[in-house]
Formats: sequence, C-alpha cells, structure tokens
Amino acid sequence: MTRSFLIRTPSLLIFIACLALFTIGVTLAAHYGLMSTSFVKTLGKTLCLCLAALAMDLIWGYAGILSLGHMAFFALGGYMIGMWLMYARTEEIVVASLLNSGLPATPEEIQQGIASQIFGVVGASDLPTIWSFAHSLPLQLALVVALPGLLALIFGWLAFRSRVTGVYLSILTQAMTLALALYLFQNDSGLRGNNGLSGLQNLPGLDAVSQDSISLWFFWASAAALALAYLTLSWIVSGKFGSVIRAIRDDEARVRFLGYSVEGYKLFVFTLTAIIVALAGALYYPQAGIINPAELAPIASIYLAVWVAIGGRGRLYGAVIGAAVVSLLSSWFTGGRAPSIPLGFMTINWVDWWQVLLGAAFVCVTLFAPKGIGGLFDYFTGLHTPDRKGAPLGPDQGSLQEKEAIE
Amino acid sequence: MRILLACLLALLFAAPLRAETAAEILSANAALVEKASRQTIAPVIDALGASGDPTAAQVLEAWGNKALGIRKSDGIFFLITANDGGYALTDLIGAPAGQAAKSDITELKPNAGVRGMIATALVQFTLSDPDALKRAAALESIAKDPKPEALAPLRAAITNESDAKLKAQKQRLERLLTLRFEPDSAARIKAIDSFGADLGLDLRAALNPLLATTKLAAAETPTTNIARELKPGRDLTEIEAYDLLVSANLAPARLTIEAARTALIANLVNGAVAGVPLADLNTQAARDRAYTALEAAGTVPQAATDDEAAAALKAHHFYDIYTEPDAAVTTAAASALQYIGHKVAAMQAADLALDGLSLASIYFLAAIGLAITFGVMGVINMAHGEFITMGAYTGYVVQLYVPNYTASILIALPLAFAVTFAVGVTMERLIIRHLYKRPLETLLATFGISIALQQILKNVFGTQARPLTSPAWLDGALNLNDVVSISYIRIAIFVLALLFLTFFLWLMKRTRLGLEVRAVTQNPTMAASMGINPDRINMLTFGLGSGIAGIAGVAIGLFAKVTSELGTDYIVQSFMTVVVGGVGNIWGALAGATMIGGLQKMIEFLNPSNTLAAQTYMILFIILFIQFRPRGIIALKGRAAGD
Amino acid sequence: MSQLLEVSGVTVSFDGFRAINNLTFSIGPAELRAIIGPNGAGKSTFMDIVTGKTKPDSGTVTFGEKSASLLKLSEAKIARAGVGRKFQRPTVFEDQTVTENLTLALKAARSPWRVLGWRSKPADHSRIEALAQQVGLADHLPRKAGELSHGQKQWLEIAMLLAQEPRLLLVDEPAAGMTLAEREKTTELLVDIAKTRAVVVVEHDMEFVRRLNCRVTVLHEGSVLAEGSLDHVTKNQDVIDVYLGRG
Repeated sequence: MTRSFLIRTPSLLIFIACLALFTIGVTLAAHYGLMSTSFVKTLGKTLCLCLAALAMDLIWGYAGILSLGHMAFFALGGYMIGMWLMYARTEEIVVASLLNSGLPATPEEIQQGIASQIFGVVGASDLPTIWSFAHSLPLQLALVVALPGLLALIFGWLAFRSRVTGVYLSILTQAMTLALALYLFQNDSGLRGNNGLSGLQNLPGLDAVSQDSISLWFFWASAAALALAYLTLSWIVSGKFGSVIRAIRDDEARVRFLGYSVEGYKLFVFTLTAIIVALAGALYYPQAGIINPAELAPIASIYLAVWVAIGGRGRLYGAVIGAAVVSLLSSWFTGGRAPSIPLGFMTINWVDWWQVLLGAAFVCVTLFAPKGIGGLFDYFTGLHTPDRKGAPLGPDQGSLQEKEAIE
Repeated sequence: MRILLACLLALLFAAPLRAETAAEILSANAALVEKASRQTIAPVIDALGASGDPTAAQVLEAWGNKALGIRKSDGIFFLITANDGGYALTDLIGAPAGQAAKSDITELKPNAGVRGMIATALVQFTLSDPDALKRAAALESIAKDPKPEALAPLRAAITNESDAKLKAQKQRLERLLTLRFEPDSAARIKAIDSFGADLGLDLRAALNPLLATTKLAAAETPTTNIARELKPGRDLTEIEAYDLLVSANLAPARLTIEAARTALIANLVNGAVAGVPLADLNTQAARDRAYTALEAAGTVPQAATDDEAAAALKAHHFYDIYTEPDAAVTTAAASALQYIGHKVAAMQAADLALDGLSLASIYFLAAIGLAITFGVMGVINMAHGEFITMGAYTGYVVQLYVPNYTASILIALPLAFAVTFAVGVTMERLIIRHLYKRPLETLLATFGISIALQQILKNVFGTQARPLTSPAWLDGALNLNDVVSISYIRIAIFVLALLFLTFFLWLMKRTRLGLEVRAVTQNPTMAASMGINPDRINMLTFGLGSGIAGIAGVAIGLFAKVTSELGTDYIVQSFMTVVVGGVGNIWGALAGATMIGGLQKMIEFLNPSNTLAAQTYMILFIILFIQFRPRGIIALKGRAAGD
Repeated sequence: MSQLLEVSGVTVSFDGFRAINNLTFSIGPAELRAIIGPNGAGKSTFMDIVTGKTKPDSGTVTFGEKSASLLKLSEAKIARAGVGRKFQRPTVFEDQTVTENLTLALKAARSPWRVLGWRSKPADHSRIEALAQQVGLADHLPRKAGELSHGQKQWLEIAMLLAQEPRLLLVDEPAAGMTLAEREKTTELLVDIAKTRAVVVVEHDMEFVRRLNCRVTVLHEGSVLAEGSLDHVTKNQDVIDVYLGRG
C-alpha cells in the first residue's frame, strides 16, 4: 500500500531529501556565521510562502478553482497568532512596570495596562471582545485554524452552493479579501487599524534567547510544516480524492452525473487549503515581526497564483519551486542588490523595473510555457505531452491546457 | 452683559438728547468725545445714531475715519481733510469752512474699541445707504453676527427699501432677529411660525440656540424651563449623573482607583496597610477592605461608597434645562425644528439620490469598457485599471502643452481614447488572442500586464500626484437649496455617462459593427461562416473597451488624484459593477453601477464617519446578492446562458 | 409490475419557448426503450430533467419502489439514487488513466471524507479489469483517456456507466461515430444490460433502433406523439406526417 503510494509520487522522496539537505545546509551556515540572521529569516519566510503556494496549487492546480483570496487566510492566521504574541509580550512589560508602583498589581490593573499599551495608538483603552482569548496560547492557536477555516467554510458554502464558477468565483474571492482588508483598516475593528500588530518577533518568556536561535527555530518549524504538508497533500492527490478533484477541474458536470457532490468537494478543498494557508501565515508573521491590513490586499493573493503558475500548476513541487524562486528573486531585485543596467539614454534600476520584468515574465509563462518551471523537469526526464490538437482537457474554465498535462 | 448695559444706558439717555442735532450732541459732550473710551462713549454714539439728523451718519463716519477735529480756539467740531497748509475744514452740515493750520486743530483719534462701536452705530445708516451694494453688505454683516441692538435699526430700514430683493432679505433677517431677541414672547412665536418649514441654514442657526440645554441635578423640581427629565442609566450614565451631583455640591466625590492607590501607598506602614499585608493587596476587594479600615481609623477622608452613591442618585432628579426661559418660545422652536427636520430629511434623501447617481455614473464610466470586453469576449481584463490611469495621464500631458483648460480637456478626451485604444489593440493582438476560451489564464496574463504597466507609469510619471485641472466653468456647485447641491463636475460626468450610453446603444443597434459584434457574441462559429471575421471584431471590441476606459480616466482624473494607482482604486468596483449587473449587456452595467453607487452612498449615509466600513458592508452585500442572482441583475436566460 | 421511472405532466419552457409540453412517460425496472423524434423534439431536455440538470416548471418525476420525487434532488443525488447518463459526445476525464476513470465511476461511497480514506481493494481491481475486458479496453488500462480513439472513449464511457451500477441508464445516441461492427456490439451490450435494469436509448438512426427490437416512444414538440413497437409507430399517421413534413 505505502509502496504504491511512493511509486505513484516519485517526486515525494526527492523533494523531502532536498528539503532536508537545504535545512541542514542553512543550519550549518547559520551556526558558522556564514549566513546572517535576517537571511535565515528570509529563507524561513520563503518556506512559509512555499507552504501557502502548495495549498494554492491544490485548490487551483488540482481542483481548478482560481481563488484570489487565499492570502486573506494567510494574514488571518498571522493575526490570530500575532494577538497572542502581542498580548503576552505586553503583559510581561506591564507586569514589570507595575512592580515598581508601590502596590502589587490587581488583575484589572494589568488588563487595563495591556489594553492601553496595545490600543493607545488608535486612541482606545479597552480590550475589544475579539481579544478575549488572546491571553491563552492554546485558545489562540485553535483560532489560527478555526477562524480562517470557518470563514472559508461560510464563504465557500455561499459561493459554491449558488454554483459560482470560473472568473466569477475569482472576482468574488477577490472581493472577499478586499472586504476583509477594508474592515481591518478601521480603527474600531479591534485589531489596531492600519497600524496592525507589531513586535511579533519577540517571543514572550524568551528574552534570554537571541534572535539568531529564534530565527533558526522558526526556520526549522517552517521546513517541518512544509515537509508535512507536502507529504499529506501528495497522499491526498495521489489517491481517489485527487482523482475526483482533478475530474472536477476538467469537467464538473460529468462528475456530478457520476454521483459526486461537486460542491462538497470544492468546499472541502477550499476549507482545507484555507487552513493550511492560515498555518503558513501563523509561522510567517512571527518571522516578519509585523502584520497590517495591507497584507490582505487582493494583489497579494494574485501573486500567490502567479507563483504557482510560474512554478507549474498541477504538480506540488512546481508550486514550491515557483514560490521560492519568485519571492527570493523579488527580494533580491527589490533589495537593491541587483546591478543596474546602463543603457546610455537611461539606466535600468532594478528596484524600479523589477515589477515590469515580473509582469512581462509572467505574461510570457502564461503564453509560451504553461507548464512553468516544472516543465523543465519534464524536458530533462524526457516526458512529452500527448498531441491533442491543442484542445484543453475539459470544458471547464479551470481545466488544464493540453500543454500543462503531465504525461 | 456689557451690551445690555449699553442698551440700558442708551435708553436712559436717548430721551433727553433726541431733539438735538449732531453738532449739538457733539459739543454737549465735547469732553467725552475728545477722550473717548469704550466704557464711556456709548451714550454719545447712541444719541448720534438716534438723533434723526441726516448729517449724523457723515459725522460718525468721519469720526471713525479719524477725519473729525476740534478747533482749539472755540471747541467747534469740523470735518477735516489734511492738505499742504494743514487742514481743509468743512462744517458738520457739509459747507466748506475755510482752512486751518495744523496746530489749531485737535484731530480726534478714536481707539479700535470705539471705532467698533461707531461702525455698529453706522449700520443703521448703511442699511438705508443709497448704494444697494453697501446695504447688502450691511445686511450680511448683521446676519453673520446677529445682535439685539441691530433689531431696531433694521426695522426702521425696511419701509424705505426700494430694492425688492433687498427688502425681502431685510424682512427675513428682521424675523430671524425677532425670534431670538424680541422681548415680547408672542411676537417671537409669530416670527417662528412665519417661517413654516423653511430650509435655510440661517433659520436653523437661529432656532438651534433657542433649544440649547444644560444638565441640572436637583432635589426638587425646578421652576425653570425644563426640556425633559433624565433617568440615570437610561439618558445619562450613572457616573455622569453622579458627577453632576458632585459638581453641584450635592454629594461627596467618589473614590477613584487612582486616589485609593495613592492613599494606600501613603499609609503603608511596616509592609502592611491598616493591617492588610502588602502582598495581599493584589485584588480590588482587598484594597477596598484596607481603605475602609483607613476610613474607620480616620486617616483618610470619607469617600462615597457605591451604596451611598446609589442613594444619592435616587434622592435627586436630573433635568435638561433650556437656557431660553420662555417655555412657549422653546415649544414653538422645537416644533418648527421638527417640521424642518422632516423636510430636511426628504431633501437629504434627494441629495443622497443625486450623490448616488453621480457615483453611479462614475462607476458606469469605469465599468463600461470592462463590461464590453467581458461580455463580448469573455475576457476579464485586469489591466483595465491601468487603462483608466493612462487616460488620466494623457490628460495631464496634454495640459502641459495646452494651457487653456477647456481646450486641453477637449483635446485630451479623444487623445486618451486613441492612446488606450492603441494599447488595447496591441495587447489583444500580442497576448489575449492566444488565450481565448481560457478566461482564467487571460485573467492572470492581463494581471501580469497590469503590474508591468503600473510600474512603467510609476517610473515615467513618478509617485506623486499630477494635476489634471478642470476648466473654471466646471468649478463650483449647483445649489438647489441649503440641503441639495451637486457640483458641476459631477453633472458633467453624469452627462458624459449618458452620452456613452447613447453612443453605445447607437453603435450596437444601428451600425454594421454593432451587428457583427452581436453576431460574434451569440455564435462565433456561425458568424464566421457568414463572412464576419471574429478576429477583427474581437480586436475592435477590445480596443473600444480600452478606449472608453481612457476617456473614463480623463473624467475621473478631474476630481481624483492622478497617480499610477488611480485605476486600482476603481478596478474592484468596476468588477463588482459588471458582476452585479450581469454580463454581456449595457443595461446590466448600468443597473450594476446604479445599484453599487446608490448602495454605497446609502451605507455611507447611515454610517457617515466610516467610509471603510461602508465599502466592507457593500462587498458583503454583493457576495450575498450573488447568492440570489448568480448571473447578475440582467442575466441572459435559458439556453443562451450556457448553464 | 410497478414502474421504475414515472414522468407525468412535465412542462418546461425557455424564454417562452416550450421545450417540453405536458410530457408523460414511464419505464419498468428491466426494460429497453428507444426514444426517437426530430431535432428539437425535446429529447435532450427530457434527459436533463430526469438527471436533475433542468428543473421543470410543473409536473412530477418519481423514481424507484418508493416513488421518490427526483425534482428536489441535486444531480449528484439523482446519480447516487441510480440514474446513469451517457452523453452524446464521449465525456471522459482525458487527463486521467483508464483505470482512474473507471475507479471514479465504481460504485462506492461518494462523500469527500469516505473518498479520502478509500483505497483500492483486490475486488475493485478485478471489477475494473472485468469491465475493461467487457468493452475491449483491457490492454489500455494504464493509458490516459485522452489518448484513446473516439470509439474507445465511447466504450470507456459505457464501461464507466456500468461501473456505476445504475438502475436506470439514459443513453444519448450511443451509435454515433461507431463502425458497423461496433454498433452490433453496442446493440448486444444494451440488450444484455436491459435484462437487469432499465435502459432508455435516444437515437436518430432507425436501423439501430430496429436492431434494439424494443418499445419505441416518439417525441414531437415536447410531448409523446406515439408509443409502441417500431412497426406500430411507423404506421402511425401522425408520425408519418411529422417525419415526412420535416423532410
């Protein structure tokens, strides 16, 4: 049984091995001081983005649903963990400062102190109701999963029930993330408006531990989460479930006539991926240190789709490669480290021109290489696509193009 | 207060001085006039004002302009004009009175306070000034700062007013002043009633102060003009009510947590406060216990406990008291305001509808191009927003070369169309044509174009906002009354939207191109077999959609900031418009725009402080709306919908 | 004998056009029935109504021993209740292998959770091989369905339909695009299937219908024009008018 699973997904072992080697390499490099803490953090964050891309691939590449709102779940996961981090951290500070005040602090005073510390910036001094669980790590961790999961469940139920598909669904998901972003931008949303949550890189109770170690811990956690998710998703897509969702992607009406509840499967995949993305966000933002509503902008979710498309959709390793390559290149170019190109009449400064390059590259990938970077692997392993006279593999909007199918 | 006093004095002095001429009044009070100060001069000025002497106005004006002098030799007042030899004299009746050396004349130099009083007194003369402009200015100055003393001169100036418009204004102002300052209650009520449901802001400004209230705490029902009784816990919080009691010295101050803390710390002895160990003071209950013990020992002042506070609240009544003592007047004012309120609400609804309509036309303009490409070709163009931006920048560039704003806008509109048409056609030829029947891929590819275009625009034009100025004749607003107004620029956009609607209907229904477009939309294969080239139609349609976006860009740029992100602000709303309205139908785009525009204004009206929340709720509404009409308001039905 | 499917008084219209007009139709649990009729007679719409794709404006559709109404059910639930449908053009999942296609169709639990835990058992494997054998695709099991020829896709779809083990099969023009030998094989197969379950065949080809040798229902303008054996209906004056009138 296990054997056939591994045979059906030969890339799994290679991927896990590569990830393990990479993790060990980074750990050693960081240990011997060859790699800066900030770069370890960048790599750790990249792994989280890869995890989000993995989920995006499941919903878009496999189930054919182009969601332009999954980064909303990513940010929600970050917000949920950020609330605990900020609360616990502020509690430490407030307790310390109240120690010198003459009287031992009452619980009310501590609560009051935390509230005015956190909400001073938005001119409030009471803890909003949504912070009720912020004092407890287990409860807030449960919310990391529960809140995005519930949101995805409700939204997905509404959308799939009324059979919204294709570009309509994409636009609707985009509207969802925009609505959420706009809501969080308000000061009275209870999440500090456009200030967002900050100081998340400081773990409560771990003042003595240096950021070097913490960044490595998060890097390991991110790598482990990615490996675990890759394993789980490989298992899911290699089985009958994967077969069903790919069938839905190519021709959902036919799947209905086979007796499968298409809406149920879509809802399942939508919610599952939302939860995975939320977990990725919960790992990402403590490494980033700050989260604000701009993270929910619709464009972030579109970028997620861009990564998957550039990496090659419909194959899990493609999503990971796409996310890693594009986000690392992006930080290299926008970080000002890429050399400018003098053209005589003007100079191509990559900080300004990287977006143009990315946009153009993306158009080219869509037009000429629908398989994305993943297609290179097919090329080297000698796989070639069957000739179907250029027709897509199914009548639905999300179906794979002929060129995308893996032989 | 001082004004009242002045009035009183004026009344006292006015009677004996009435018969005299300006010259007589001045010479009778020469000493006062020469050393005029605000405290003392009022009777003289008032006497001059009330004298009825036609020269009084001239005298006052001259006095205020430092053109009045006293001849030292005999103490006679003259109007003086400085010239080479000293002063040219004119007597107070206006006849020339020769020349005097500078040293012979004491020039009167009233200080700023006195000049102010002179100006006020002059108002009544200005109100009857032969120059209509001066009369209007005087009216305006009274309206801006209504004072009781203006009432009498105003009334006096009504009958002789020849200009009908000014006369109406004077009468209106007179009634406004009457309802506020007239001592006779019945006259005031009559004045209030005379307005009916007038919508003027000036009327509401006059009525509102009549209904100003203050909060009062008392054990007995006071005899003053009570607006209403307040119940602690319902109309005001118990803390507010208790604070009222404290400030009226009816109850002792309550103990704040801070004060208790300070008191406890101050009485910390040997690690304990009144026997309670310091370590135990980490709950509010323990702190209360310690404080009560301190109270009992007399070390800290008595503070009201919760029970005492509650009892005090119970023992007193709380009222809103009108500052205006006359109950009949406040009742009349309240009912007038209520009546006006209803009418204002109706007018606000009209205003809201206008606002919604103008927002709808903006959305319609922004979305129509998108609706065309989406409806006819099934292509979602994520770069649509950048086309709007390009249109706006085209307008900016045109204005760099054509300084005349009217001409520049007239040039910019077709030019923006041409530029975005060209870019759209290029994009269709190079990219979109290869992705037909792959709407999701088109969406992503056009998104790639969108980020590239946006960055290029940013690199070329910079990040700061560029000006796109509208012609002067589009400035300002059309005011129907004090509630309903709409700016000309919005009317222009509405007209533009109407033009586009007509143009589009004409294009689709009356031209060969429209016929072919409809044929390709309904059945491309069939259309192709009839000799229509779908490739050409698609190209032209996409170009047309992009071109209209460019024109919309110029229109939007006139009132929004022109930055590279201009289009992004409208793109999601445009999508929503198309999705809500229904695809493939101009009426759908119109219905969608009307609904989204109207809805947004409505939500903003219900929650005016928070436009972000308005947008959130609107998107939520749209998501729910899609539940009931998944294919939009105006959907293709039956088999044609392909579902 | 009680009927398996009963359609009575069903009317449906699109934008004022009545595609189905007061249609009444029934079929027993083990019966082969052919439906013929000119273009636009409402054959496809009839199938859409039974499979739940189109909801009728009025009328009732009941299915099974308990005569449960199908009108309130979704397409998926109707399919699970035992109604299988074969489309005119072969619709198989081209990106998936023949085995995967058959596995999808195999009678088993359909809920996401159950499917997630589903693993192929030897019995499933032999069932798939038997089905593939039956339709002549045994050698093609690991191939992707997209690479099969048109005829092979037709067969694969029939095999998928059988794998579903439906109680009622709706087959839309099964012989389209088949060679003569294949047609004969199809006829045999359909007659064979109809021994244990109900089969409704929609067909244009009179020759093919004659071979099926079963009761025939003639549809015209959305309602039943005639019903009986092929010889009986071809003698019916109305039928002759309609067919000759249409040329």
